[in-house]
Amino acid sequence: MAIDSNPNGVPYTLKAKDFATDQDVRWCPGCGDYSILKQVQTVMADLGKQPHETVFVSGIGCSSRFPYYMETYGLHSIHGRAPAFASGLKIANPNLSVWVITGDGDALSIGGNHFMHLLRRNFDLNLLLFNNQIYGLTKGQYSPTSEEHKKTPSTPYGSIDHPVNPIALALGSDATFVARSMDRDPKHLKDMLVRADAHRGTSFLEIYQNCNIFNDGAFEVFTEKDSKPDTTLLLESGQPLVFGKEREKGIYLDGFTPRVVDLAAGGLTKDDLWVHDDTDQLKANILARFFDSPTEGANALPRPFGVFYQTDRPCYEEQVHQQLNATISSLGEGDLDKLLAGGSTWEIK
Amino acid sequence: MTTPIQEKQAVIIKFAGDSGDGMQLTGGLFTDDTAISGSDLATFPDFPAEIRAPVGTIAGVSGFQLHFGSQRIYTPGDRFDVLVAMNAAALKVNIKLVRKGGTVIINEDGFDSKNLRLAKYDESQNPLDDNTLEGFEVIKIPVTKMTREAISESTLGTKEKDRCKNMYVLGFLLWRYNRSMDTTMKFLTSKFKNKPEILDANHKALMAGYHLGDTMEEFNDRYTVKPAQLAPGKYRSIMGNDAIVLGLITATKKLGLPLFYGSYPITPASSILHSLSKYKNYGVRTFQAEDEIAAVASAIGASYGGSLGITGTSGPGLALKGEAIGLAVMLELPLVVIDVQRGGPSTGLPTKTEQSDLMQALYGRNGECPLPVVSCSKPSDCFEAAMEACRIAVQHMTPVILLSDGYIANGAEPWRYPKASDIPEMKVSFAKQQDDGSHFMPYQRDEKLARAWAIPGTPGLVHRVGGIEKEDVTGNISYDPANHEHMVKTRERKVEMIADYIPEQKIESGHESGSLLLLGWGSTFGVCESVTNSLTQLGYSVGHAHLRYLRPFPRNLEELMRRFDKVVIPEINNGQLVKVIRDKYLLPAVPFNKIQGTPIAHEELFDFALNLVDKG
Ligand SMILES: Cc1ncc(C[n+]2csc(CCOP(=O)(O)OP(=O)(O)O)c2C)c(N)n1
Ligand code: SF4
Ligand SMILES: [Mg+2]
Repeated sequence: MAIDSNPNGVPYTLKAKDFATDQDVRWCPGCGDYSILKQVQTVMADLGKQPHETVFVSGIGCSSRFPYYMETYGLHSIHGRAPAFASGLKIANPNLSVWVITGDGDALSIGGNHFMHLLRRNFDLNLLLFNNQIYGLTKGQYSPTSEEHKKTPSTPYGSIDHPVNPIALALGSDATFVARSMDRDPKHLKDMLVRADAHRGTSFLEIYQNCNIFNDGAFEVFTEKDSKPDTTLLLESGQPLVFGKEREKGIYLDGFTPRVVDLAAGGLTKDDLWVHDDTDQLKANILARFFDSPTEGANALPRPFGVFYQTDRPCYEEQVHQQLNATISSLGEGDLDKLLAGGSTWEIK
Repeated sequence: MTTPIQEKQAVIIKFAGDSGDGMQLTGGLFTDDTAISGSDLATFPDFPAEIRAPVGTIAGVSGFQLHFGSQRIYTPGDRFDVLVAMNAAALKVNIKLVRKGGTVIINEDGFDSKNLRLAKYDESQNPLDDNTLEGFEVIKIPVTKMTREAISESTLGTKEKDRCKNMYVLGFLLWRYNRSMDTTMKFLTSKFKNKPEILDANHKALMAGYHLGDTMEEFNDRYTVKPAQLAPGKYRSIMGNDAIVLGLITATKKLGLPLFYGSYPITPASSILHSLSKYKNYGVRTFQAEDEIAAVASAIGASYGGSLGITGTSGPGLALKGEAIGLAVMLELPLVVIDVQRGGPSTGLPTKTEQSDLMQALYGRNGECPLPVVSCSKPSDCFEAAMEACRIAVQHMTPVILLSDGYIANGAEPWRYPKASDIPEMKVSFAKQQDDGSHFMPYQRDEKLARAWAIPGTPGLVHRVGGIEKEDVTGNISYDPANHEHMVKTRERKVEMIADYIPEQKIESGHESGSLLLLGWGSTFGVCESVTNSLTQLGYSVGHAHLRYLRPFPRNLEELMRRFDKVVIPEINNGQLVKVIRDKYLLPAVPFNKIQGTPIAHEELFDFALNLVDKG
């Protein structure tokens, strides 16, 4: 167990391994969750987080076992409700660094309601959605993010449900920080974790995570060296949207319609391309719709990774406490005797 | 000519009219004035489920019942001495409950052909002309017309003028019971301080009604009710939900904890959220969550963070909270869950009262999931019951369910309120970093079997908790079979041990032993008291005990019950406590049940109990 500070209260400098617990990690070998755990522990150390001021709150699912492996405070709650536990916790103590860990079923199926309300309220915390497009813990049923026609134990003839688009849902809920990363790109993931932490407000980070047991390769086209350059689009604010092995392709915004253009063809040039601006909510909504299946052909839009959108909006818990303080300054600290007496009283002698 | 003022010992008045007639306000204001006059009293508001049912219909009738007197008043009463009927529907619904020889005050303007039709009187029938009102003293007043005349100079529209007719009626009743208009005027002045036109109209209507009495040739009898012999002290009038609010705030202040209230609106619990949200300067944090699950979850999150997390709801909401309450049982964190019960199942009778969530409170969760259950017995009792729920939650590190019901929530009575300094501080402490640097054991227990409250932000205590079964002491995840059984038994024992930290059960009134015990819980308090009094006065050895603690039961309960030949358990449900008592003590308790969305009437329980004691 980590002792956070020496007897004089001076924090020790912690390393990634100081954020690991003595519990055996129980994910299947090869599971994408390992890589995420490692990056989170590294980032905790890099950011100089103090274990006692950090809380991991999760729901239920393979991903939601995460808090048991973090040498911080941890609350493994019930399926889908982690956002609500975290909300109460943040009101009770706004100073904590709170990380909500959730899965695609946890956040978007049973917890869909809480997900939306957490984002619109904008508590200052980070929500990491481990999206493996499957229910891992319950052994492989399709999830709300699974592609159509998916054959699983509960859909032997293929699923009928149309999948949810988590980034679009987050933007639709007026989230103030919306980003995507993947388990297989540690550098990018680390970068996104740092930026999520730096943002004041609810930071929503979707992480593509491979479940090698029940949905192996779901994100292969985005993560494997061969295909990745042509199927992914790295978002960097201020930079034109360019991708491709030779960075020979770009995105041109034709009115409201994004089009893939071939820069080598000699028509449009880099200067004509859409330049990413992560404060532009309207365009973030268009980017969120880059949701084509990469196998759809040459004109398929690449899948964006990075920060889609971020903005500043007052945090919920901050306003709760402002309201408390404002009421105390205008009415004075509540007096119990006045409270008990209420409006009109009489005396019996 | 005025007649001398006659003295009465007790009066039961029912104000009834259309939902839009302002009967709740009229009843409430008359109650405030009655309380200040020193009477003891009990009230029973009775509203329709629809916010605005069609005007004039039976479904739209809203009523407010007040029982006041110079002796102790235990219930709102069975039969009305006075019925105020603002329209035909109000008369139709209520006339059968007016006592023989009682008074019916009628707004004649509410009996035109349209009103009669809406009240579903036959084409040819007008209850004002046939024998419906035979045997009653009938006072007919064209209230609408008189109100309009009284404020004819006002520039308000007719609709707004007609809204003042409740003040006209109130004025008349204040005169009839020999009161002044001061309290009501004070209220109106503060309520309409920014609307001088409306204030003026209400004032004039009130005065006109008051002076009607003086000018009437007939029906100019006036009554007075002497102050009741209540214990000396300072009093106020209090409704159940407000008393819960005061209890919660007082408890958290005495515990030195911030109060967090997460809730989702539902009748009849919403007013707890409304009231608490006003008291921000007492450090109260309220959170209107997106549903009941989020409400309880946010409260647990707040408790985890070192506040006292509280959530309030009614039956349907408690059903939704079940899984999260189970988590709180596993986490062994303080949590107070208030259930203001209403008629069920499902949406049931949302505005009517019932005691039908006892089984849900005791057993309505998955797994072996014990928790303490505390109940409120009357409006003023909610204060102490709420404080007890908070104390138990914190000192025993457990979720607690506090049961109230719609009848208690909306009922009012005089309350001898305490001085803040007379309420003892309550002890609570958070775990601190161990000096010896040893490993923190989150499930180490004290003599009460309670674990330590270790809140995030505390150095040296980082640990993980969750809903998966945990190893005793260390709190590590454990699937070990023997450990699970041990933990189930430990959680059970912890709750049962609370019996050592609550008072023994006492007899409220009547005999300490004898032929019959009325064993009640919750809102049957008043009727159990009055029936016990009546039977003891007739010479029967009857006693009344009322349970505040429904889990665990007080340690002397069995011994107390066995001092009586028979135990009767009156409940506004289909028999729930009676099953628990029979199961636990193998004692042939007799159920008495009423499931009509209304309180048990004195007559009903009296007849039942008398029959039992007479049989010997
Ligand atoms: C109330 C409730 N319903 C159902 C379950 C069963 N359950 C546990 S995890 C899970 C789905 C998890 O999927 P996801 O959130 O995607 O997490 P993953 O395991 O894939 O990381 C389900 C259905 C449960 N624990 N609780
Ligand atoms: S089932 Fe899938 S998600 Fe769960 S631990 Fe195994 S690989 Fe990971
Ligand atoms: Mg999943």
